[in-house]
Amino acid sequence: MERPGAAWAAPGLAFFFVFALLPMAGVVYLSFTSWDGLTSPKFTGLSNWNQFLSDGAVWQSTLLTGILLVGNMLVQAPLSILLGVWSAGYQRNRAVLSAVFFLPLLFSTAATSIMWRQLLDPNFGVPSKLGWLLGGNANLFGSQWGAITSLVLVTSWQYIPFHTLIYQGAARSIPETLYQAAAIDGAGRVRQFIHITLPQLRNAIITSSTFMVVGGLTAFDIVLLLTDGGPGTDTAILPFKMYQTAFQTYDFGYGSAIASFLLLVATGISLLLVKASGYDKMTSTMEGL
Amino acid sequence: MRDTISRRQALGGMLGIAGAAFMATACSSSGSSAGTGSAAGTGSATFWTLQDPTNKIQQAAVTSFNSAGHGKITLDIVPSAGYLDKLRTAMGSSEEPGLFFSWGGGNLDYYVQAGKLVDLDPSLKSHFLTSALQAGTSGGKLVGVPCRGTQPVFIFYNKDVFTAAGAQPPTTWAEVTDLVAKFKSKNITPFTIAGDANDSWTELMWIEYLVDRLAGPGLFAKIQGGDWSQWNDPAVLKAAQTIAQLVDSGAFGQNFASVTYGTGGTSTLLASGKAAMCLMGSWEYANQQGISASFAKNGLGYVTFPAIEGGKGDPANVVGNPSNYISITKAAPQQTAEDFLATTYSTSYLKGLIAMGEVPVTANAGQLLSGAPDPAYAGFLYDLVSKAPNFTQSWDQALGSTLATPMLTEIQKLFNGQDSPQQFVSNVLAIKK
Repeated sequence: MERPGAAWAAPGLAFFFVFALLPMAGVVYLSFTSWDGLTSPKFTGLSNWNQFLSDGAVWQSTLLTGILLVGNMLVQAPLSILLGVWSAGYQRNRAVLSAVFFLPLLFSTAATSIMWRQLLDPNFGVPSKLGWLLGGNANLFGSQWGAITSLVLVTSWQYIPFHTLIYQGAARSIPETLYQAAAIDGAGRVRQFIHITLPQLRNAIITSSTFMVVGGLTAFDIVLLLTDGGPGTDTAILPFKMYQTAFQTYDFGYGSAIASFLLLVATGISLLLVKASGYDKMTSTMEGL
Repeated sequence: MRDTISRRQALGGMLGIAGAAFMATACSSSGSSAGTGSAAGTGSATFWTLQDPTNKIQQAAVTSFNSAGHGKITLDIVPSAGYLDKLRTAMGSSEEPGLFFSWGGGNLDYYVQAGKLVDLDPSLKSHFLTSALQAGTSGGKLVGVPCRGTQPVFIFYNKDVFTAAGAQPPTTWAEVTDLVAKFKSKNITPFTIAGDANDSWTELMWIEYLVDRLAGPGLFAKIQGGDWSQWNDPAVLKAAQTIAQLVDSGAFGQNFASVTYGTGGTSTLLASGKAAMCLMGSWEYANQQGISASFAKNGLGYVTFPAIEGGKGDPANVVGNPSNYISITKAAPQQTAEDFLATTYSTSYLKGLIAMGEVPVTANAGQLLSGAPDPAYAGFLYDLVSKAPNFTQSWDQALGSTLATPMLTEIQKLFNGQDSPQQFVSNVLAIKK
């Protein structure tokens, strides 16, 4: 059978070209200019990039972005896999409970952040009642680790349902015969999970991880609304710094340099993830079955 | 085989043509867009304003203006979070509002330099108090007229908490120190402050007053005029050290870094008696009315910021927002927009503001104040502002966002203890090279 020709990809490619590639080219161009948003951009060559490479605050932001990314992945991946595999089963009430767990994803990120900001208020929110657990003054947003934990908590609450969905679909397609064969050989549920479920979920794990990486490198709305980069600059991740530089200090040229850097890093990490895991070979987890 | 090759060629040709077409349109529309509205007489215009309880007074003025037939104004109410950023983005696009509300000061300077604002008729000045017009002036030309009451900053306090503690509101800095110790021993936060990263302007007000009391208004006036090295003045370091002392002595409580401004934050803490005092602008009265009208009327006290012994500044000086201003952009139909400005000094508009507890800055405001719902409060505000030798505009508005955003971050770090007073001074100096 003849493989689909390139014309099948043309509509998608045209859309991608107009709404992704052209703006990216625009941002890269802007990173070589100085622009305040009101007048015309002035070409300044490499000055934004020189400033970028020598700016300590940018490297601190990059480190913070990495910390937040790792924190999010460590919390979201295990919980999503467990929830996804559970909701792929056929237990009673599974459908209702899965629908309830899915609700946080449907709320807008901005509304979720504002709601959680009120819930985590030190005087009137949940922490004020949990003094025995959190110690004394419930000053969650006053310390770096408190702020990072709050961010990971809110992001996980919102996005675990999304990754759960990915894993649920993948877990549903694992053939039952594998589990039956393992049961015959005497494998219990935990061994079945480690040796059958997880390897079969390999492609889903890579998809979900790529989403988490890209999300972690671009999502600044939760940071803006929950901690505003605070306390001080302790949670000023790179996307937030980009927004602040461009839209709050009106230095669109430098903000574009940060944006271009984020673009490079996100693309690089995604490619690395795909190549290192062998995802691009498009091998099926069900060969030989 | 031949089919596949020709399809590939066709695809390549398609993408090439599409690419060329899009590049052409992109290049032709690059660069800043000029205002698209007609500069001619009447028409319709959008008026961007901040979301606030006084919006209903503004809407009433807009509705009656529209029915008079000189043009049509549409009131666009924008929530306050990031208002100036949104305004800036709109001003740089083809969606410029015809009129907009702002705090005047440095942020208007950007628009004037970019040629976006219309110089207003100087005869409008006669309707307003001179001190209030200064923040609406840029480069000697009037670009904004006051449209709100004056908003000085002073100390609000909970009368019940003070009575229970047998204390009097402070008039000197020594009394402040005593009160801090007294309230701390009763487990009441002496001064509530919104240390949350979004609300660091509440911390800025403390620095504004401390520097004014210690060095007088001339210091900031020089900074505003462009001399950034004035941050090296010993008074700035002394103010920063005073803040560090206040924080260490527990004057703001332990968890102020997570407290937000307003309802559910500082206002509720003050109203509920968990805090004794709060340094805030006059708009706090409306916040308190929203939480509990009876507390606002009976339990809310107010007193000016105390004098500091040995300071050079006049204790009668005031900081805050002289007013808020309406400016006209080049995108508005000029006749309609200028006619609309007449509402800002019309009696019905002023009476509406006064009924909401505001004290307008028009020349005739004093006579209309008898209609205020709380004449004692209105009288206090009017006396405070009219007798102040100097009214310094809030620093973040006076300097403009490009300098104010990093400055606010450093102030936040000072209060959180992330910056020592010396580091605060050197970091702020490094903002403008």
